[in-house]
Formats: sequence, structure tokens, C-alpha cells
Amino acid sequence: MEKKNCYDLAVIGGGAAGLSAAAVTASASRRTLVIDREDHLGGILRQCIHNGFGLRYFKEELTGPEYAERLAVSAQKAGAEFALGTTVTELKRLPDGTFELETLSAKDGVRIIHARAVLLAMGCRERNRGNIATPGTRPAGVFTSGTAQKLLNLEGRLPGKKAVIIGSGDIGLIMARRLRWCGIEVQAVVEIMPFPSGLTRNIVQCLNDFNIPLWLEHSVVEICGKDRVEGVEVAPLVNGTPDMGRKFHIDCDTLLFSVGLVPENELAISAGVKLNPATGGAMVNGDYQTSVPGIFSAGNVLHVHDLVDFVSEEAIRAGQCILRYLEGRTAQTPGNSALAGANLKYVIPNRYFTGQRTYFSFRSMIVTNNGTLTVSCGDRVLLKKVLPFVRPAEMVNLELNEELLSDGGELTFSLEKGTEVK
Amino acid sequence: MEKNLICINCPQGCHLTINTASETGDFTVTGNRCPRGQTYAIQELTDPRRVVTAVVPTNCHALPYLPVRTDKPLPKTLIPDLLNSLYKMRVDAPKAMGDIILENYKNTGVNVIASETL
Repeated sequence: MEKKNCYDLAVIGGGAAGLSAAAVTASASRRTLVIDREDHLGGILRQCIHNGFGLRYFKEELTGPEYAERLAVSAQKAGAEFALGTTVTELKRLPDGTFELETLSAKDGVRIIHARAVLLAMGCRERNRGNIATPGTRPAGVFTSGTAQKLLNLEGRLPGKKAVIIGSGDIGLIMARRLRWCGIEVQAVVEIMPFPSGLTRNIVQCLNDFNIPLWLEHSVVEICGKDRVEGVEVAPLVNGTPDMGRKFHIDCDTLLFSVGLVPENELAISAGVKLNPATGGAMVNGDYQTSVPGIFSAGNVLHVHDLVDFVSEEAIRAGQCILRYLEGRTAQTPGNSALAGANLKYVIPNRYFTGQRTYFSFRSMIVTNNGTLTVSCGDRVLLKKVLPFVRPAEMVNLELNEELLSDGGELTFSLEKGTEVK
Repeated sequence: MEKNLICINCPQGCHLTINTASETGDFTVTGNRCPRGQTYAIQELTDPRRVVTAVVPTNCHALPYLPVRTDKPLPKTLIPDLLNSLYKMRVDAPKAMGDIILENYKNTGVNVIASETL
């Protein structure tokens, strides 16, 4: 193998997670290559031109492109190398425990890259019409909100003139405002849940500022139109079932789906990485290492984060774990499991090492104020903590120190409902 | 006079109540969990402002649209005019992230700056 194609770490994905981790390993003089299929670094941040990023990590409010550029500059300064416009087509673990990556690009054709460790940082893909099985015709004008965002913000193209948005997650809400600022009418946001899935501040500044109606507990039951979308039929939900007797029509020529994200893990699966059904991401231990030794995972490809700041922080921790792995200082035991108990959807990491400080992230399934989080190990309660503000849309983070984790054993995280939220 | 608002400073989204004293015009804000809520409520009632973001066409093939933002919140009433001016502009390379694209818009002291290096 030619020296120029040999790296200590190959990072797959040049978005927030990949760049944040690459800065850590490259600044420790580990030869790091970041591979991205796009021609620019920054990933999806580049099309998120709105502000609200970086308050936690950079202590100031930035737009997506600004956040991305800062990360790219620090990875470059640290000495990371980049392969852009390059797709990884195969990831293979060799018998000696190192990795071979087959990559494809217009510039270099097929290029084989050799790496001692791999970080999966491919981010997410959007769920679409097919994922939620929306009935109706198949006209032009149906987009995921990220596709519409790319058209508007990177390519300067308007997706239509009059839109309806399905799903009230933050991406859908941000797009509602973006469409209005581009002179596109937004007829409605339709949400199946009884409460909005995005943040209240986005309801205020993206919907209320523009008098856009939000239909809670409603579902789009039909897409109408032959060549182009002509409208949608919307029905209220009664116990989760559409009440067709009360359905109504909304005119539109554009329909945006903002119905959640799924980690993009095809490459991980092909390399034999075990996935966690609760997150769609890899199962990882306290070092962010997957079931395949030497393959690590961080950012949205591991689990969907609500703040990019948390992605950076997680990827930096993963980068530090990768450095330990490259120095041969990683724990060689399988560790102990960490499980999500009552009212929690998942806990990351899925395993931890006895006596090793570990940073846990988890997500609630309920809306509550002053909920009590309990971390227990068998019959023993390690920690009880009141969380003032708990929402499914907001990830919770908790670092447990060496002392608390000194005995090992199976950990369970559970959440008890606090006060009712109106 | 009493008015209800939801604070947009952070994800908690405090429900604010603002009372205006009829004689003095003084405001009393309740429901906020931090001082930013008070500042926001009074600002929102007297002179509501928002940070504006957009893209502007460029002369550059590799980056045909430059993302831009206001460096401070702009009075809400001026937003449509600002957007119209931005969409009519063309920015020529090179530009560094943070460079001013449009200075002191309508004497508000608000600049439009580049969000990315062109």
C-alpha cells in the first residue's frame, strides 16, 4: 500500500461530527482523512442558513454556514486531509484489524484507502412520503423539507408558489418562515400529534409571526393532482384514526414532508456493525466504539440530535476515545450494559466500562416538568435528579463519574413523571 | 393593559405576561424565568425585531448563492424591504465570512454580513 493512502483515521462524512472529531485527532498528529460525497465541507449545515446554532459550543449565535466554516477551518488548521466529491462504496475490516475503504470520485476514480480506525459520521437521511404512507396521486411538487431547503438555499430555486407542510418539527417550522421570506404562501402546517414537535420559540417566530395555521391532531389523508400537486385533503384524528366525515381541502401546489430523520447506516451495516433498533444508529460502548473493534460512531448517524452543539461535543469525545484506541489504551473488556427504562426512548452509549467516566445521552418519550430521573444498578439507586423541563424533542445529557460507575453492573435509566404540562 | 407573549430566547419558551401602567406607560413583566425574558417582552411590545437570513446571487460558479444574515435583529416592519433589496443584489467574489454586504440598512445600524467565505 502506498504511504499516501495510509491513514490513522478515516472519517466518513465531513459535517459537524466528522469535522469536530477530525480536529481532535489531527491536532494530536494522527494522520486523518475526512471523506465526503459533496464538493464542500460542512454537510447539511451549509443549507441551514438560519441562525440559532452555536450558542452552547461557540457561545454566540451563528447560522449553519458560519458554524460549518468554523469547524472546517479548525480541522484544516489541525492538519486534517480531505477527499471531497468522494463516496465510500465499501468498508472492510482486514484480518490484521485495520480497514480498507474503497472510494469513488470523478477526480481519482476508484481509490483504495487504508486506515487503522474509522469514524462513522454520515449523519441522517429524511423520512419521506413513503415512510409515513400518505395516500393519493404521485404528482410533481412533493418534497422533503430538506430537499426544498437545498433547492432554495444552495441552488436559488423556488419549489413552488403555495405550500402545505406536513409535520411540525423544527425543520418544517424553519422552512415555513423561509418559504414566506421567499414570497411563497404557506397554507398550513399539519401535525398528527396533539402538541407541536418543534420548539415553542420556532412556533412563535416561524408560524405566529406569519399567521400560518397549525392543525394539531390532523393528518393529510390524500394528495390530489395529476401532473402537479393541486391540494391536500386533511382530516382530524380521533384516537389516532382520521375522521373522514370532517375532512376538508387545502389548495396548494407544493407539499413538504418534515417527518423526522433516520441515521444513514447502510455502510455500517455492510461492515457488520450492529444497530440499535431504538435509534437506527450503531450500538456503541463508552468509547463510542461499535460492535466492530476500530469502527467508531458519533453525531446524527449514531442518534438524532436536536442541537448541532451536542453533535460537536459528542464527536470531540469520540475523537479523544479514538486517540486512546490508536495508542492501544482502550479497555479490552466488553463492559456493562446501560438500558433505557420507564419513559425513556433510548440511552447512548449502550455499554460502559467499570470505573470510566461516561457521558450518557437519552431522550424522553413524555412531556413533563420536574420529572425525576433515576439511575440504578440492580437494586441500588446511584443517582436521582429532578429535570425541570423534559420534552421528547430535547435530548438530555448526563455525565456519570468514575466513582459512581466503580462497581460495574447493569445500569438502568428511568424517568418518573413530574408536574402536568398544559 | 395586559398582553401575553411567549419568549423566543431559549427552548424553554416562557409564557410572559406584560402589564402596561396606563398613567406612566411603565411595563411589568411576569412569567419570565430569567432577565432576558423581561428585555424581550418590552422590546417585542415597543419595537419587535428579528434576525433576518437569506441568500444572495453571486458571480461564482462554485458558490452561486451566498448565505447572508443581519448582524443584529432588524425591526420587523423593515424585513420585506430588506429581503427585496437582497434578492435584487449580486455579490462578487472574493468575500470572507463576516464581510459586510449591505451597510447600515436604512440607518438602523443593522448590517448584512456574509455567512460563508466566497
